[in-house]
Amino acid sequence: MDTDSQLVAALASDLDGAFENLVLAHQDRLYSIALRILGDARDAEEAAQDALVRAYRALAGYPAERIRQLRLRPWLATIVLNLCRSRIGRRAAAGRPALSLDAAEPGTLQPPADERTGPAATLARRDAGRAWADLLLTLPPAYRSAVVLRHVDGLSYPELATALDRPEGTVKAQVHRGLAMLRTAFETAERREREEMTA
Amino acid sequence: MTNEDRELEAAMATLLTTAPRSLAPGVLAEIGLADRYAQIDSPIGPLIVAWNGLGVSAVEAAVDDPRFEASHEVRTGRRTIRAERLPDALERAIRRRLGGNRRVRIDLDLRGHTDFERDVWQKALEIPRGEVRPYGWVAAEIGRPRAVRAVGTALGHNPVPLIVPCHRVVRSDGMIGQYSLGGPQNKRTILAAEGLDPDRLESEARAGIRFVGSDTTGAVCLPTCHNATRITPAHRVPFRSMSAAFAAGYRPCRVCRPGSGAVAA
Repeated sequence: MDTDSQLVAALASDLDGAFENLVLAHQDRLYSIALRILGDARDAEEAAQDALVRAYRALAGYPAERIRQLRLRPWLATIVLNLCRSRIGRRAAAGRPALSLDAAEPGTLQPPADERTGPAATLARRDAGRAWADLLLTLPPAYRSAVVLRHVDGLSYPELATALDRPEGTVKAQVHRGLAMLRTAFETAERREREEMTA
Repeated sequence: MTNEDRELEAAMATLLTTAPRSLAPGVLAEIGLADRYAQIDSPIGPLIVAWNGLGVSAVEAAVDDPRFEASHEVRTGRRTIRAERLPDALERAIRRRLGGNRRVRIDLDLRGHTDFERDVWQKALEIPRGEVRPYGWVAAEIGRPRAVRAVGTALGHNPVPLIVPCHRVVRSDGMIGQYSLGGPQNKRTILAAEGLDPDRLESEARAGIRFVGSDTTGAVCLPTCHNATRITPAHRVPFRSMSAAFAAGYRPCRVCRPGSGAVAA
C-alpha cells in the first residue's frame, strides 16, 4: 500500500485524527503548485491553506466509502488549481497587470558561462531557479498549469488528465507545448541579454 | 527526448519547494483541529483568549504560556498555538460585547459540551448588561426548574466567561456568589463595571428584598430589571416572595419574568 492509500483509509475511519497527516504530506506540493502558478509567496500560502481547508470540509461531508476511493494527489491538485484560477481572475478584475513576457526581468537571468554551454549550465547557477520560475509565469495559464502539475509536482499523465478534467492526449499536448514555449522564452531572454551586454 | 528536454524537465523539478512553517498550523486552526491564543486586557486584568475557525474556545485569566497550553490541550484535546494577537475583527467584537452590545456576533466553539450546558450558557447570554438573575431563574427558564445546582455547575464550567456573561447569574438568596474567572471579587468588579452596585444588591437581599413592584403599573420585577430600576422611590414596593406580590395584586413583569424559579423560595 502506498502512503496515500494508507492515508485515505485513515481519513475514512477518523477524519479529525488523520487530517494533520494529510496536511503534512501534501502541503509542500500544494504550496509549490500555487507558488509557481501565482508567482507570489503570500498569495500561494493563502491559496494552499484555502485548498486544504476546503479539502477538509469536503471530506467531512463525504461518506467513508467515497473517501476510500479518492485519489488524493489529483483531487487536491484540482482544488488548489481552481483557487489559483479564481485568484488570477480577481487579480485581473482588480486591474493588477496581467502577467506577460515582460514580467520576466531579463536582468535576473544569468548569462551563459561560455559558448559551449546552453541553458543547462545556467540552470546550475544559484539564481537559475528564480529565472525559470519567472519564465514559467509568462506562459498562458492553461500551459503553465499543465507544466507545473506534470513537471514541478510530478503528476503522471493519467493523474494530470483527472486533475485538469481533460483527455490524456490534450494534457500531453499542453505540457509539450508549454515546455516548448518555455524554451523559446528562455532563449529570447538570453539573446536579449547578450545583445545588451555587447551593445 | 533530447538532452535539453531532460534538462528543462530537471529544472522544473527543482521548482518544488517547501511550504512556509505557518501553513499547517493555519490550516489546522481554521478547521478547528488546533487553537490559537493571545492575550487581551480587561477590567480584571490580562486575559487569555483562545480561538479557531469555528469560534472562541476559551477565555481565562492570563497565566504563563506553557501552563495555559497544557491545560487547554488537556481540556480540548487540541494543539494550542501562541499567536501574536487576536485577529482585529475578533478583538473588536469582544470589546464591543464587553461594552454591552449584545448584537455583535461572536462565534463560539463549544464542542464537547452537553446540550444542558449550552442551554444554560445560551440563557445567560440573554441577561442584559447591568442586570442579574438567580440560578433558579435560569433553571426554570430552560425548563429544568429542579436543576438549580446543575445550573451552577454548568456556569462554573463556562469556558468563555465574559463573552457568555455567567457573572450575571447570582445566588437565589440574592448574594453575588462564586465566580470561575478568578473568584468572587472579580465578579463584583465586573458587575460594578457594568453599572451595578454589588454591595447595595446584597444588603437589599439580606433585608429580604427579592422582588420590587411598582404601585403605578402593578408589575413586579427582579430588583435589577430595567423596569424595576426606573421605579421612583415613592412608588417602589419591595416583596419577599412572588406569592406576597401576587397576594397584593401584582402581576409579573413580562421582561424579567420574576416568577421563574422563585415560586418555591
